[in-house]
Amino acid sequence: MSTDGDVLVRVEGVEKHFPVKKGVFFQHEVGRVRAVDGVDLEIRQGETLGIVGESGCGKSTLARCIAGLLPVTAGQVSFEDEPISGLSRSGMRPFRRQIQMIFQDPYGSLNPRRRVGSIIGDPFDIHRLAAGAERKRRVQELMELVGLRPEHYNRFPSEFSGGQRQRIGIARALALRPKLVVCDEPVSALDVSIQAQIVNLLADLQAELGITYVFIAHDLSVVRHVSTRVGVMYLGKIVEMAEGERLYTRPQHPYSAALLSAGSVADPDEAARRERIILTGDVPSPIAPPPACRFHPRCPKAQHICTTTEPPLEVKPGEPADHVTACHFPVRPGERLGQTGLGAEPPPPSTGEPTAESGGEGGTA
Amino acid sequence: MSVTDLAAEPMPAGLEPESIEGRSPWRLAWSRLVRDRVAIASLIVILLMVAAALAAPLFAALTGHSPTDQYRETGLTDQGIPVGPGAEFWLGTDSLGRDLFVRTVYGARISLLVGVVATLLATFAGVVIGLVAGYFGGIVDTILARAIDVVLSFPYLIFAMALVSVIGPSLVMTTLVIAFFSWASIARIVRGQTLAIKEKEYIEAARSLGASPMRIMFVDVLPNLVAPVIVLATLLVPTAIVFEATLSWLGLGVDVRIPSWGAMLAESQSFFRVAWWYLIFPAGALLLTTLAFNLLGDGVRDALDPRSERLFATRRKGKP
Amino acid sequence: MIRFLIRRVVFGVFVLWLVSLGTFLLFFVVPGDPARSIAGRQATPETIALIRERLGLDEPLAVQYWTFLKNLFRGDLGYSYYNNQPVTALIAERIGPTASLVIGGALLWLVIGVGVGILSATHARSLLDRVTAGFVVAGISMPTFVVGLMLLFVFNYLLSTVLGITFFPGGQYTPLEEDPADWLRHMILPWITLCTVQAAIYTRLTRGSLLEVLGEDYIRTARAKGDGNRRVVVVHGLRAALTPVVTQLGVDVGYMLGGVVVTESVFGLGGVGQAALQAIVNLDRPVVMGVVLLAAFFVVLASIVVDIAYSFLDPRVRLS
Repeated sequence: MSTDGDVLVRVEGVEKHFPVKKGVFFQHEVGRVRAVDGVDLEIRQGETLGIVGESGCGKSTLARCIAGLLPVTAGQVSFEDEPISGLSRSGMRPFRRQIQMIFQDPYGSLNPRRRVGSIIGDPFDIHRLAAGAERKRRVQELMELVGLRPEHYNRFPSEFSGGQRQRIGIARALALRPKLVVCDEPVSALDVSIQAQIVNLLADLQAELGITYVFIAHDLSVVRHVSTRVGVMYLGKIVEMAEGERLYTRPQHPYSAALLSAGSVADPDEAARRERIILTGDVPSPIAPPPACRFHPRCPKAQHICTTTEPPLEVKPGEPADHVTACHFPVRPGERLGQTGLGAEPPPPSTGEPTAESGGEGGTA
Repeated sequence: MSVTDLAAEPMPAGLEPESIEGRSPWRLAWSRLVRDRVAIASLIVILLMVAAALAAPLFAALTGHSPTDQYRETGLTDQGIPVGPGAEFWLGTDSLGRDLFVRTVYGARISLLVGVVATLLATFAGVVIGLVAGYFGGIVDTILARAIDVVLSFPYLIFAMALVSVIGPSLVMTTLVIAFFSWASIARIVRGQTLAIKEKEYIEAARSLGASPMRIMFVDVLPNLVAPVIVLATLLVPTAIVFEATLSWLGLGVDVRIPSWGAMLAESQSFFRVAWWYLIFPAGALLLTTLAFNLLGDGVRDALDPRSERLFATRRKGKP
Repeated sequence: MIRFLIRRVVFGVFVLWLVSLGTFLLFFVVPGDPARSIAGRQATPETIALIRERLGLDEPLAVQYWTFLKNLFRGDLGYSYYNNQPVTALIAERIGPTASLVIGGALLWLVIGVGVGILSATHARSLLDRVTAGFVVAGISMPTFVVGLMLLFVFNYLLSTVLGITFFPGGQYTPLEEDPADWLRHMILPWITLCTVQAAIYTRLTRGSLLEVLGEDYIRTARAKGDGNRRVVVVHGLRAALTPVVTQLGVDVGYMLGGVVVTESVFGLGGVGQAALQAIVNLDRPVVMGVVLLAAFFVVLASIVVDIAYSFLDPRVRLS
C-alpha cells in the first residue's frame, strides 16, 4: 500500500504477544495473548490516523508498540525510515522527543503527588532542555497553549477537572514539540460535553504545530471528525482501512459496518436511516483466536471459505487505492446485514435504501 | 472553537481559585493532625522527652549527681537499701546509690538515639529494597521478596541475641542489629505499593518521555510512598525502642556502663520489693515513650489518609 | 495439593539448611573461642588445645559442618560444650515449661484477640470499641518483659507482701502431671505476659479485617436477604476476615520464640528459652544450634500449616 505523502512511521508485521504464566517458583508459559498479531500500516506526515475497535482488540497495545513503550514480539516499527523496535533505552532516547503519547485516563496519567508545573516540565528535566525560570516560562507557555491558566502552575492534579487534566497531559506530550503524538483513547474517559473540546483542541494544535496523530478510539464517531484515515482493528489485526469519510459511508468489512451501526450518531437523520447490526456472541479470546478470518464466528456473511482461508488485506475491485479490506465477501453499498451467522438463512433482500451520501428521510427508528 | 477561546474556559463552579491556591496534600494532612488532640499531646510528650534527653547534663548539674557516681553515704540506707524519692534524690536511688532521676534522663538518650537511628537505617534500607523489588520485578523481586519473608518470620530476638552475644554488645552494634531485623516490614509494604503504582499510567507517561528507571523510582514512585513510609517509620520507632530495651534487659544491649532503661529494669528486678521506684520510674518512662510514639503514629496515619479507620473515634456515629 | 505440599516441604528443608549454615558460620566469623572460655582464665595453652581437639574444633570448618550435618540426620544434635549433656536430652528435659507457656499463651492471645476483635468490630464506635482501642495501643506499646515485671510487681509484691494474698506465685515451674492446680497458678502470669502484646495486635487485626469484610457487597446482600445480624457476622464475615489473622499467626511463631525467652527469664521457668539464653551468653554452640533449628523447624511447619488453613478459610485460594 504505497501511496503519496511522506511516510513518518512504518509498521511492518508487528506482533505483540503476552505470555500467560503459571507457577510460583518455576514459571512456565501456558499460553499467549496475541494482543497484536501481524499489523502493517503507514502513518503519513501531518495526517491523523484513527484506529478503532472494541476493547480488547489490541489497539492500545498497538499504540504502545508504535510509541516504543512495549517491545514488539516480531516485526518492525520505523520512524523516518529508522527502525526503532528493539532499541535500548538510550538508543530510544532521541526518538522519545519525536514520539509522544496522550493517555486515556486523565486521573491515572498524572502523578497525584506532583504539581502541575513539575509534571508538564518533566520533559525539559529529563532531556535537560530547560531549567529554572526558563523551564517555568516554557511550561506556562504550554499551559496557555492548551487552554490552562498559567497561574495554576503550582496546583496539584486533584484540583483540576477531568477535561483540564487531559489538557495537562496534552501539554506534557507537546513539551518536546514531537512530530508524532499517539493518542490512546484521549477522550473516552471524559463527559461527552468535554470530549468535543478536547478533540477540537487536538485538531487546532495539529493545524498550528503540524503534528501527526495516531488516534485510538473504541467509538467511531469520535475519530470521524479528526481522522484523515481510519483503520478498524479486530482481534489483533487490521481488517479494514480507508480514508476517513469513505469508511463511514461505505464500509466494506462486515465488522466495520457493525461497529458503525453500533456507534452513537450525532445526526438524527442519519441515526434514523441507520440499521442496527447486532453482533452475536462475545469477542473470542485472543489466547486462542478463531482460525482463518477471525471474525467468522460472529459474521453475518460468513461462508465456508472464511473458516479455512484467511482473507488478505487488499484493495477490492472498484475501490480507491487506499481503501483496503480483509474480507472474502465485502459489504456492497446498501446491503443489509441481519443477525445471521454462519450457515443461517440468507439475509432478506435490500429494501433499496440509497447509499449514505444521498442523505435520507424516514421517521424515528 | 480556537485555541484562544479555550484559554478562557472558566474554572468549574465552586472552585474559588484564590482560596485553594497551593494547598498541598501535606498542608491538608498537617491541618488534620493539628486538630487531633491525642496526636498533639503525644507529640508534646515526645518533644519533652527529647528535650530532657538533650538536657540530661543540665539535670546532672542541677541535682549535683552524675549518672554513674555511687552515693553510698546519702543514696543508700544503713541496711544498704535504695533511698526513696525525696528532695535529695528526686526519684530515689538504685541499688548502688546512684541517682535514679539522672539515670532515667540519661537512659532517654540511649532509647531515643537507638530508636530513631535504627528506624532511619531500617526505613532507608526498607524503602530502597522494596522499591527495587517492586519496580524491577522478575528474578530480583523473587529473591528480595523471599528475603523479606524470611526476615519477617524469623525468631529475630534469638538471632539478635546470638549476634550481639558473639560480636559483643555496643551502642553501634545494637543499633545495627535492630535495623537489620526491622527493614523487612517496611520493605514489604513499599514493595506492594510500588507494584500497584508501577501499573499507573503516569509511570508509562514518564517512560514515554524517556525517564530512566532511577528517575521514575525516585521522582514518580517515591513521592507516592512518602505517606505510608512516614506512618510506618513513626510506628517503627517504639518497636525499635522496645527491641533495644529488651536486649539491654537481657544484658545483650548497649554497654552496661551506660545507663539505659532496659539495663536499669534488669537491675531493679531483685529490688522492687523494697524499692518500688526502682522499677516504676524507668518502666514508666519506657512505656510513656513507646505509647506516645504509637499514638502519634496512629494520628499521623489518620491525618495522611482520612479514609482509614480512626482508632480513636471522637464522635459516636450510629452503628453500621 | 500433594504437589503443593512437596514443594513447600522442599522449600522448608532448604530454609532449615540455610538457618543451620548461618548459625554455624556465625560462631566462626566472629572472635570468641569456646575452648578458651570453657577452659577458664588460668588454662594453659595445652589444655585449650586439648579441649579444642576433643570438641573437634581443630578440624577445618567444612569438615566440622559436615560432621554436624551427618549427626543431625541421625537425630544427634551434639553435646553441650559446658556439661557434656546431649543437646537433644537437654531440650527434652526443658521442653515442659516452654510447651506449657507457648500453647497456653497462644490460645489465650487467640481467644482474647479474635474475641475482643469481633466484639469491637460488631460494636464499632461504641464505648466498648473505644475502650478496646485504648487498651490495644497500650498493649502494643508494652515490652513483654515490662508486662512480666509489672505483673510480678502487682501480684507478687503489692498483693502478697502488702495485702498478704498470694493469687499467683512467681517463679518455679510445677509440671502439669504433678499438680495441675499448682501448674495453672504458676503459668497464669507467664501466659498473660506472653500474650499481652499479641492479643493487642490480634484485636486490632481482627477488628480491621472484619470491618472491611462487613463493608463488602456480599455481606450487604446477605443482610438484605434478611439474615440476622449475628448469623451474617459469623457465617459470612468471619471466615474471610480470619485470613489475615491466620497469615499473621504464621509470621508470629518466630516472634513467639523471642517472647518465650523473655517470659521464661522474667519468671525463671527454666525452659528451652532460658537454656538458649544461657547458651548464647556462654557461646555454647551445639545448644544454640539445637534450639535455633528447633525454632526454625516450627516456623517452617507453621507457615505450611497456615497455607493449608488458607485454602479452607478463603475459597478463592486454591493450592497448586
